[in-house]
Amino acid sequence: MSNLSVNHLLGIKQLSKNDIELILSTAQNFKEVINRPIKKVPSLRDITVANLFFENSTRTRLSFELAQKRLSADVVNFSASNSSVKKGETLVDTVNNILAMKVDMIVMRHSSPGAAIFLAKKVKARIINAGDGAHEHPTQALLDAFSMQERLGDLKGKKIVIIGDILHSRVALSNIFCLQKLGAIVKVCGPLTLIPKFITSLGVEVETNLIKALEWCDVANMLRIQLERQEIKYFPSLREYTMLYGLNKEILDNLSKKIIVMHPGPINRGVEITSDVADSSQSIILDQVENGVAVRMAAMFLLAGRQG
Amino acid sequence: MNTTVRPKTLLEKTKFDVTIKRLCHQLIEVHNDFSETVLIGLQPRGIFLARRIQNELEKIIAKKINTGELDTTFYRDDFRKKELIPNRTNIDFLIEDKNVVLIDDVLFTGRTIRSGLDAMLAFGRPKDVELLVLVDRRFSRNVPIQAKYVGITIDSIASQNVRVEWKESDGKDMVTLLDK
Repeated sequence: MSNLSVNHLLGIKQLSKNDIELILSTAQNFKEVINRPIKKVPSLRDITVANLFFENSTRTRLSFELAQKRLSADVVNFSASNSSVKKGETLVDTVNNILAMKVDMIVMRHSSPGAAIFLAKKVKARIINAGDGAHEHPTQALLDAFSMQERLGDLKGKKIVIIGDILHSRVALSNIFCLQKLGAIVKVCGPLTLIPKFITSLGVEVETNLIKALEWCDVANMLRIQLERQEIKYFPSLREYTMLYGLNKEILDNLSKKIIVMHPGPINRGVEITSDVADSSQSIILDQVENGVAVRMAAMFLLAGRQG
Repeated sequence: MNTTVRPKTLLEKTKFDVTIKRLCHQLIEVHNDFSETVLIGLQPRGIFLARRIQNELEKIIAKKINTGELDTTFYRDDFRKKELIPNRTNIDFLIEDKNVVLIDDVLFTGRTIRSGLDAMLAFGRPKDVELLVLVDRRFSRNVPIQAKYVGITIDSIASQNVRVEWKESDGKDMVTLLDK
C-alpha cells in the first residue's frame, strides 16, 4: 500500500479504501510540514499545475494554490469570467491549449457533473476534481474525514449526520462515499424536498427531525442552503428552514452528549448554524480549513508520484 | 536473494555494542556536555541508531540530549523513480545555531544524506553539521558526502545489500552483507 490505484482524483467513488487511507496518512506528514518554520518542501518543483475554476470559489482555490506552492509546484490560475470560454471555446480546447504550454496537472471546478471524468478521458494530464456541479468534491470529503479522524480516531462504526441541502450538495455525496468506505454510518437530515430520492439506495438513512438526528450522531456536518442552485422554491422561507433545521447553542447544549460540529463553508451565519455554535469549542470548522491544505498536498504529491 | 551465497556477518551482538559505545565516546570527545549539540536520526532506519546513541550518551553524561527524527521523502531526488512512503518527522527543538549530528544506519550513495541536509534546513540554520553512520559502504558514493563518525567501513559492490537489524524492531542487533 504505497501508491494510489488511480491516475486522477475524480471522485471518492473511484477510490479504494486503501487509496483513502494512503491519502489521509500522507496528509498527516504534510500537516507536520505546514506547521514548520519553513512550510515548503521541494517535492513538486518539476511540476506545473493549472487551476481551472469555471465556478466561484474562495476556500478551495486558495487551499489548492497554497498546497501547490508549499510543494514547490509552478502554478497558473484561470477563472472562467475572464477567459476564452466566454468567446465560445470548448472545455477540451481550452484545456488542450493550456496543456500545450507544458502543464502536468489540472485542478478543475466546473458546474457540470462529470466534467472532470470527461476531461480525464480527453486530455493527457493528471486531473483533480475540485467540485463538479452537485456530483462530487473529493478533496472536501477527504479533509472532512481527516478532521474527524483527528478527533475520533478510527471512523469505523462512528455515526455521522449530514444536515441541510443534500440535493444540491457535492460535499454530501463525496462525504457519504468516503465515510462509508472508512466504515462509518451515515445519515442525512433535512426537509424531504432537499433530499434526493436515490439517497437511500446508497445505504444512507433519512431523518427529518433535527433533534433526533443530533441525538443519534457523533458528528454533525452542517451544509449551506445553496440558493444559487435552486431554480424553484424547496421550502416556504429561510426563516422556517432555520427554525426547523438551524443548529443553535440551546439545541447543542441540551443534547445528551458532546457532538462535533463541522461545516464545509461558506457559512451562512444565522441560517443553518448560529455564530455561537460555529465559534464554539465543539466546532472544528477552522481545523477543516487547515487540514484542507495538508490533504490537498497529499493528493497532489501521490498523483504526481504516479508519473514515473 | 541468491541462496547459494551465505550472508556474511559484519557485526554481531558484542561487537555491535562495542561499536555503538565507541561512537558515543568519540562524540563526547568533540561535543563535551552536549549543551549546544542535538542528534537527528534519519527515517526510517537511522532513528534506531539515534535512539541507541542517545540512551548510551545520557547514561554516560547523565543529562538529557535533544534527539529528533527527520523524514527526507519530500526532499528526495528519486521521487517518481520509485515508490516512497513518508514517515514521521519529529523535531521539537530549535536547531538554529546548534551543532547537529545527523545519524543514519548505512551510508551508501549519499543521496539520503543530501536530502536530509535539505530537509533539516526547514528547522533552522545549524552552526555545524556532522554525520554519524554505523556502516560506511566506501567507494559507492554518488555525491561528495563523507561521515565524520563511522562504526565500520566495508567494501561492497552495488549488487550487494547491507542489512542492519535492531533489537527494537527485528529482535536482534546484527549487521549482515547479503548478495541480492
